[in-house]
Amino acid sequence: MMRMQPQSEFQGTPVPGSAAPIAIELSEASVTFGRGPRAVPALSTTSLRIADGEFVALVGPSGCGKSTILRLVSGLVQPTSGVVIVGGREVAARALRVGMAFQNPTMLPWMSIERNIMLPLKIVEPFRSQFRRLRKTEFRDKANALLEQVGLKGFGNRYPWQLSGGMLQRANLCRALIHEPRMLLLDEPFGALDQFTREELWSILQDLWIAHKPTVLLVTHDLREAAFLGSRICVMSARPGRILDDSRVDIARPRTVAMTFEPDFVALNQKLRAFIVDARTASAQGAA
Amino acid sequence: MPDLDYRQKAWSAALIVLFFVAWELFCLISGTSDLVLPRPSQVFVTLVEKFPILWPHVLQTLATTMIGFVLGVGLGVVLGAVIGVSKTAYDTAYPLLVGFSSIPKVAVVPIFVLWFGSGSVPAVLTALSICFFPIVVNIATGLATTEPELEDVLKALGASKFDILWNVGLPRTMPFFFASLKVAISYAFVGAVLSETVASNRGIGNVMMTASSNFNVPLVFAGLFVLAGLGVVLYVIFSVIEGRVTGWATRKNDMIAT
Repeated sequence: MMRMQPQSEFQGTPVPGSAAPIAIELSEASVTFGRGPRAVPALSTTSLRIADGEFVALVGPSGCGKSTILRLVSGLVQPTSGVVIVGGREVAARALRVGMAFQNPTMLPWMSIERNIMLPLKIVEPFRSQFRRLRKTEFRDKANALLEQVGLKGFGNRYPWQLSGGMLQRANLCRALIHEPRMLLLDEPFGALDQFTREELWSILQDLWIAHKPTVLLVTHDLREAAFLGSRICVMSARPGRILDDSRVDIARPRTVAMTFEPDFVALNQKLRAFIVDARTASAQGAA
Repeated sequence: MPDLDYRQKAWSAALIVLFFVAWELFCLISGTSDLVLPRPSQVFVTLVEKFPILWPHVLQTLATTMIGFVLGVGLGVVLGAVIGVSKTAYDTAYPLLVGFSSIPKVAVVPIFVLWFGSGSVPAVLTALSICFFPIVVNIATGLATTEPELEDVLKALGASKFDILWNVGLPRTMPFFFASLKVAISYAFVGAVLSETVASNRGIGNVMMTASSNFNVPLVFAGLFVLAGLGVVLYVIFSVIEGRVTGWATRKNDMIAT
């Protein structure tokens, strides 16, 4: 439990726009897939700065390049032009200490949930070299502490097929956090869940963020989700994407689902919606 | 499932006994000559009497089968891994593999005999060539179906290609691999016997050919029984190993089925 408390690298006020160091910086970054006449622009020249410990939600019409930004930050995709700096260094072949979670929880069916969650520890240093020796029990405790935080206490020995979709997605969050990443990249993690499970997981993710304070970049289609979770919301245009609007959400934390029906919140939602409707019509006209 | 297994096993055993009893009765009642269809009791007697003569041939067939099988599995795993790691290699090589695997292996035996003379070598090679394809196809398919999202998660953590292969690719291939081993061992056995019947002076296949040309029909059937017994034993051995190593996969299937 104690090892899961925020480490020095997560500390410092996450207040947006404050003196917190920059965690992610895209300057004039663009991405084009393929070459020549077949080239598909996925992200037009985009600049974005995210402070350490910020929770940024990326919303936009589908296929607008939200996921491309995520893949840029994680180092899975290289920018065609421009620079991407993560944690003070340019993203080369691989990024350091990034936790990722997708809509598909991809738990390995031959491992218990506990061992699934411990998988990143087998790969990321310094845990990797410690894994075989002395620290295995310690790592197991760590996994179980995380499971407890997401409400899956005692499920560590179960196998993935014994868990529901919502439970798997919680385990997925645990796997993304087990190696104490400074950065959490989430690509529509709750997209496949029902409304109630989704809202429940919003609160869990919020609690995890408050407890560990990693920098979070969340890609989502769900405007309520963006407004509930984000300290900042970036709205993107249709493909090739660029950032249309970048605004802060000044609703106090911890936020509750009930708050999402209050006038402030609804107004924010409508503002976001208007942006996306505009972006969609603009792209439809452009295509015509 | 294991709770229901006992009743299932009892029924299976009863069916086998019933089969032999029916066969015995059929021969007795219809008065069929043992030159056409010997009674199971005659076959068993022959089996026991001729066992000292049969035994070296059993060992010969087992040896060629196992050598062919081990070589086939080794070659199959390597080729399957090479093809399965890259999507392009998989798509490119697949048609050629299907082409090769469609060739009836009986047709290949004369070629092996032409190249290596009759004896153990063609038997080993036939066993190898017949058991090799299921391994390649299953290993390649298992590796090629790794979820791309999971690969991204691990790559973002800085995992090397080897890390991903070791932690995800290979374990996920295990059910495919063991399923194919079960099939491959039976195939290898068929291949070895096939080659022995065509071109060898040793092995169960050869014993059966010789016995049939001497009209020693009970001995032919004794050979068949030995083959069936060996086939079952080999299959069971690999099933047990499969169950131990990849129980997770069958459990999952049970869940889907219910």
